[in-house]
Amino acid sequence: MNFKMIGRFLAQIISIEAVFLLPALGISLGCGEWDAVKGFAYTLVIMLSVSAVLYGLCRKAGKLFGAREGMVCVSFSWVTLSLLGCLPFWISGQIPSFVDALFEIVSGFTTTGASILSDVESLSKGLLYWRSFSHWLGGMGVLVFLLAVTSGSEKEKGFTMHLLRAESPGPDVGKLVPKMKQTAMILYIIYIVMTVINVIFLLAGDMPLLEAVCTAFGTAGTGGFGIRNDSAAGYSPYIQNVTMVFMLLFGVNFSCYYLLLLGQFRSVFKDEELRLYIGIVIVAVGLIAWNIRDLYNGAEETLRHAGFQVASIITTTGYSTTDFDLWPSFSKSILLMLMVVGACAGSTGGGIKVARVLLLFKILRRNIRQVLNPKKVQVVRNNGRPIDEKILDNTNAYLAAYVIIVIVSFLIISLDGFSTGTNISAVLACFNNIGPGLEAVGPTCNFGAYSIGSKLVLIVDMLAGRLEIFPILVLLSRGTWSRRSQR
Amino acid sequence: MKIIIAGGGKVGRTLARQLASEGHDLTLIDRNNGILQTAVERYDAIAIAGNCASKDLLLQAGVGSADLLIAATNADEVNLLCCMTGHGLNPKLHTIARIRNPEYTEQIMTMQEVFPVSMTVNPERQAALEIERLLKFPGFLRRDYFAKGRTQIVELRVDSKSKLCNVSLSDLSGIVKCKVLVCAVLRAGTAVAPSGNFVLREGDRIFVTAPTADLTVLLKNLGIITRKVRKVMLCGGGRVSYYLASLLEKDGISVQILEMEYSRCVELAQLLPRTAVIHDDCSSQSVLEDQGISECDALVTLTGVDEINMVVSLYGGSRGVPQIITKLSRGENSSIADSMALGSIICPRELCCNNIVRYVRAMQNQTGAAVSVHSIADGQAEAVEFLVDETTQNCNIPLKQMKLKPNVLVVSITHGAQTQIPNGDSVFAVGDTVVIVTSGRGVLQQMNDIFA
Repeated sequence: MNFKMIGRFLAQIISIEAVFLLPALGISLGCGEWDAVKGFAYTLVIMLSVSAVLYGLCRKAGKLFGAREGMVCVSFSWVTLSLLGCLPFWISGQIPSFVDALFEIVSGFTTTGASILSDVESLSKGLLYWRSFSHWLGGMGVLVFLLAVTSGSEKEKGFTMHLLRAESPGPDVGKLVPKMKQTAMILYIIYIVMTVINVIFLLAGDMPLLEAVCTAFGTAGTGGFGIRNDSAAGYSPYIQNVTMVFMLLFGVNFSCYYLLLLGQFRSVFKDEELRLYIGIVIVAVGLIAWNIRDLYNGAEETLRHAGFQVASIITTTGYSTTDFDLWPSFSKSILLMLMVVGACAGSTGGGIKVARVLLLFKILRRNIRQVLNPKKVQVVRNNGRPIDEKILDNTNAYLAAYVIIVIVSFLIISLDGFSTGTNISAVLACFNNIGPGLEAVGPTCNFGAYSIGSKLVLIVDMLAGRLEIFPILVLLSRGTWSRRSQR
Repeated sequence: MKIIIAGGGKVGRTLARQLASEGHDLTLIDRNNGILQTAVERYDAIAIAGNCASKDLLLQAGVGSADLLIAATNADEVNLLCCMTGHGLNPKLHTIARIRNPEYTEQIMTMQEVFPVSMTVNPERQAALEIERLLKFPGFLRRDYFAKGRTQIVELRVDSKSKLCNVSLSDLSGIVKCKVLVCAVLRAGTAVAPSGNFVLREGDRIFVTAPTADLTVLLKNLGIITRKVRKVMLCGGGRVSYYLASLLEKDGISVQILEMEYSRCVELAQLLPRTAVIHDDCSSQSVLEDQGISECDALVTLTGVDEINMVVSLYGGSRGVPQIITKLSRGENSSIADSMALGSIICPRELCCNNIVRYVRAMQNQTGAAVSVHSIADGQAEAVEFLVDETTQNCNIPLKQMKLKPNVLVVSITHGAQTQIPNGDSVFAVGDTVVIVTSGRGVLQQMNDIFA
């Protein structure tokens, strides 16, 4: 294990985080929130010193950097990012418990949007900004950002693929262009441009600047931290519609946008994953709108609420315009299923991913046919191209790991004595990076009532969900820590 | 013409035999001296041993004064390089390359300035095209095309249930209700040029000339049910299978391929999205039953072993598969095959050679030579297509007034877009395409050779 190289990456990531902390500090200074300023200032000092020490220790790193270093590096980065990122909340005293602060920031970085705060509006502006910004940074991935901005020396470039693979969601991660740095830059440029457009649209709806920026961060990262207690319910229908559309847009594979920029419209519209994603959204909105038709006045309101909630849940954002916990159970079941499906691979959303669901169904179909004719040789295809058996194996293993983690987490947090519906939806909401669940963790409630142990389990779930399980699981494998030759 | 043939494999030797018999000057090139020895003994040609893609060897073979270079070694890349080198040495040279890899074919034809190849031949693809044509018109054992596809000679088998059984040829037009001509009958292995009172018997294979437009009428009136082929089983997963399956997929026919080797199965499954690829031994009867051979509309045996193909085809016939097509890589076996119910027989090598021979004749066309020659009735007769030009004798004279050689029959005259089955009053004019069937030994070089 090349710890020095990982240390160097960590040092770089911490300094990036420190830089991103500055705007939040500025906002707090401008608003005169002195306890928040104290929190940010102390955190900055801690970050810079940790970064400097790590960099000093790991200056001379070896070159060996393989898949397992990539995995471990990504998990370490996210844990470090969270441990340091929660300090402002804790030091400022606005979230007195360290675990609560950690839960809040992990929920931010993993773009979950689950909160332990019952009164969001009491938080100071700088901290609210930092909380929402964590969504934006976590959405595309901080290591991808690092790859986009650093210019590693020639010899380092090949292995950075391991980092992208470990951090980006989806069954089959590839580069858009031959150079890793450019791939990362393209992703971030698309991301930034779309976020800016979103902010402009929100400003056009008479939203204050800070609120618009925070809402856009939550939408872009598909996070879902609102800065009002009622999430998005208090906004005008225009803002709700804008947010709904942008949530759906950020749930699409970003390589689709790149292809659109290149003018390859045909391959985008023929993309099976995109079609299925759109299909699921339309069917889910239709079914829910029909199911809740008596709850609201008029078709427009019904459709808007159904559409917003579906968009919010399938893209794993977690904003809400209404308390969907009061909906009939058929609609709630649909939302629960959408939680598991999640957004497209290569987007900022979480969940199993539409691409994996598609593959799993194709594998299932193949296996059923295999039973009927065992000698038949079949290839699973996506967009007409055959898919490597290894990817299919990984997808199956992913599903198995997914189910196991859900069950184990559910078992542990059941110790707190909440209802089954609360517990299962809490686990799904955290693991799929959504945010609100049902019943006691529904859109109007929060996770504050859970015990410290349960919160820690949910924190691990959020990280595992964001990093697609394996980077977290390999930390538990003995092979990761043994010497290279004994793997 | 001076022709260089590079590669003394099956195609090379068949070509040498055919082209030498038509009087061309042949030079054979091959790496293997032994093959050349036998070739020189058998065909009238000279032979050079060595690498056909090398400049020195091509010069030695007289590429500077040659008219045509045919590269038919077993490696596509060598064939291509050979043609390119030959063209570099003699820009007026025509080149034909055997290219079997489908990935190359298209780029060669579209990038003519880079690849100076006049024609590429792909025996497997031609075989697949031929089989596809047969599957589209079930009921014919074989179809040959003339006059740019306007005229065809189709082969039919007369069995006991056929309407043609025990019918004399003069009554034929009353049954089929369209103008057709039986130009040859193969009875018990011998070709007969039938006259009007010839009576068809069970087991005869007849060769019928008809305008392409009348074929459906012919089939309908003969009571041959043109059941549309919906499900085809291919035995063996070689190149022909791949080409055929991709053609049939486009036609919306459901295809099943049986192949022994697992890695090839995976390859095929990746290439052919709508084909069912089955990893099993097609020579086992229980496997064929499991895969539903009796529900298939057609069975095509395409393994690399002729014997397996024959056995599987026989089994398919016994299970009542309506149409059977058998691939035989050695044409000389087809005389044995004739006595068995193997359905249509396809020989990729011969198809390929016919194609090249046609090209050679087209090169000579300025002098009134045959446009194309198809050997029918197991090679005992030939159907030859000629273009009537100013040098042709007896233009605009009714056929009954001409003196034709014995065993020569004018079977179709195409004037513009109009194809006519001729009678005694028919005439041909300059610019017409004429198809002639001959069972004579000598080869017809010129149109004027038919006149006595």
